[in-house]
Amino acid sequence: MAAPFELSDDSVVVIIGTGAGGGVLANELAQKGVSVVSLEAGGRYLPEDYINDEWESFGQLAWLDARTTSGDWRVANDFSGLPAWIVKAVGGTTTHWAGASLRFQDHEWKAATTYGPVQGANLLDWPIDPREMDDYYTKAENKLGVTRTGDRAGLPGNNNYKVFEAGAKALGYEEVSTGRMAINSASNDDRAACQQTGFCFQGCKWGAKWSAAYTDIPRGEATGNLEVRERAHVLKIEHDDSGKVTGVLYADADGNQHLQKARIVCVAGNSIESPRLLLNSASNMFPEGLANSSGQVGRNYMRHMTGSVYAVFDKPVKMWRGTTMAGIIQDEARHDPSRGFVGGYELETLALGLPFMAAFLDPGGWGREFTTALDSYENMAGMWIVGEDMPQETNRITLNHDVKDQYGLPAPNVHFDDHPNDVAMRNHAYKQGMAVYEAVGATRVFPTPPYPSTHNLGTNRMSENSRDGVVNKHGQTHDIANLFISDGSQFTTGAAENPTLTIVALAIRQADFIAAEMGKNNI
Amino acid sequence: MTSRNTKLTRRQLLSRSAAAGAAFVVGAGYVAGSSAAWAMNVEHVQPTTMATLIQMARDIYPHDHVADEFYAAAVKGYDSADAAPMIEAGIAALDAAARGKGYASYIEAGWERDRVDILRGLENSTFFQTIRGGLVTGLYNQKAVWPLFGYEGESFSKGGYIDRGFDDINWI
Repeated sequence: MAAPFELSDDSVVVIIGTGAGGGVLANELAQKGVSVVSLEAGGRYLPEDYINDEWESFGQLAWLDARTTSGDWRVANDFSGLPAWIVKAVGGTTTHWAGASLRFQDHEWKAATTYGPVQGANLLDWPIDPREMDDYYTKAENKLGVTRTGDRAGLPGNNNYKVFEAGAKALGYEEVSTGRMAINSASNDDRAACQQTGFCFQGCKWGAKWSAAYTDIPRGEATGNLEVRERAHVLKIEHDDSGKVTGVLYADADGNQHLQKARIVCVAGNSIESPRLLLNSASNMFPEGLANSSGQVGRNYMRHMTGSVYAVFDKPVKMWRGTTMAGIIQDEARHDPSRGFVGGYELETLALGLPFMAAFLDPGGWGREFTTALDSYENMAGMWIVGEDMPQETNRITLNHDVKDQYGLPAPNVHFDDHPNDVAMRNHAYKQGMAVYEAVGATRVFPTPPYPSTHNLGTNRMSENSRDGVVNKHGQTHDIANLFISDGSQFTTGAAENPTLTIVALAIRQADFIAAEMGKNNI
Repeated sequence: MTSRNTKLTRRQLLSRSAAAGAAFVVGAGYVAGSSAAWAMNVEHVQPTTMATLIQMARDIYPHDHVADEFYAAAVKGYDSADAAPMIEAGIAALDAAARGKGYASYIEAGWERDRVDILRGLENSTFFQTIRGGLVTGLYNQKAVWPLFGYEGESFSKGGYIDRGFDDINWI
């Protein structure tokens, strides 16, 4: 039911990327009768195509185009060509995400005001009042079918969760549960209930976890207003002499280049590719890249303060069985500077299969210290740490002119140094995470370093003032009225929560704004 | 890949082979386990080189409940025309380092701690890191290895664990 639009049709909204931001925006606009062409660099994979094998799935779904890294983060050493573990496919990283769907806490919209000056941090308040988001969060929760919201029940806890919950309670934590998850606890919205199969990261073969790939995308297409062109990799955004964007140049699966005209362009390629595209679209009129009068394009890259804690017990856990992210402790998510850092963090269960555990437990490790840990794989429990990291101007995406991608364009370099606040928070979280497991008899614990980034945020940030950021409160670029940012790169600050629900809520909100502005002929 | 040796009895195998360390025997174009439980043909690297490489693989990721044939399978891919020069040079350097510590060769160092001590001295070499990095997938991504660690792999074909013990922990 694809609606074929002509390349020369300059009435369409072109959306680059089909993930949580772009995929939702495309459907929301299509439902309102707006003509949309979505350009997706990856191919289309549906539940029957997903592979429940970690490395094979990685080969199928991961974004593996050339990238480089720098900075003091350990990822730059351990996974120098893979700064981020994100997806190149229709639906984007909503195929891979774990499903945790948490609202920001009110104070997190106002980080600069709440935390005060933090040396080296480029903190800023979001130009959004938290109350403006309430209805959009509700709409997002209903769209995703989030458990423990509306009348939806929570998921049952698996073995990994039971260990985690018992440790949390022994430690005195009170906010521990199987969490708010975009995974059906009962069949809902034409999607099945979770069958506790594991492999949430490899795409849910039951469709129990929400992904744009099999919800918003086909529903948008069914309206006749949305055409999704897969394996269409956008190279450049074009503009006219007045500074308005006019279309995008993309390469199709065969490498042939096409120019799709557009009335509006929305960029949702994630926090690495979105700023890279703006920078690669530099012109005589915009020599520093599109929408970059503030100089903030690519800066303030955030990846959440992360890490993991695994623990070995004297009896089996079999953590891989069931939901990958099966529960959460929220007691540490508050802002409480008495702990030695601003902001907060969540602890969320996580399981890796043996192949990924070998790759991620202690990258580069070898010998018996390493292998005796894996010998106890069956007796292992695990959790992931996710907390707010500090935006820093020097943490940024730049063009690496020494390394070219398959189209001959400069590859993105991802530079990241931990802020002292990030380090203090991570050390606190390691200590608490290890204490959770030791409270229920762990014989050995592993404070495991961060994986390649799954939460990539902030590189086209939202700001009240055009000096301070790239987009306004609607994701519209300060410089170019018909150019929007529609993904996590518009995040002003990262908050402690997994970002997808907020990306979806912002996309629903942005669709309202774009449709209204089009109706008024403002853009 | 490796294959169960069905043609040779242990006695026949040993009569045609020379010992390489305690765990392996080598002959013309093959490496085998001393127990004759498995054998692997090699075409591009010397059999003794491959035996040393298999020992090195075990010393990097030692799992006492994982048999040599899985380590052999993990490094079998280096028996290629492209990789052979790098492997021969790397193992030659490993043996040279072993001789520097008073052993006849790497594989003749009898204690794991002695071999690990030799490896530590080469830990930052490209050769060591190539072998180690390759083993992360070469060893742990062998489906036949997974059950040895209790890992069950995919469960979709069995309907997941909803009725098969996702919450069957009984000691917490």
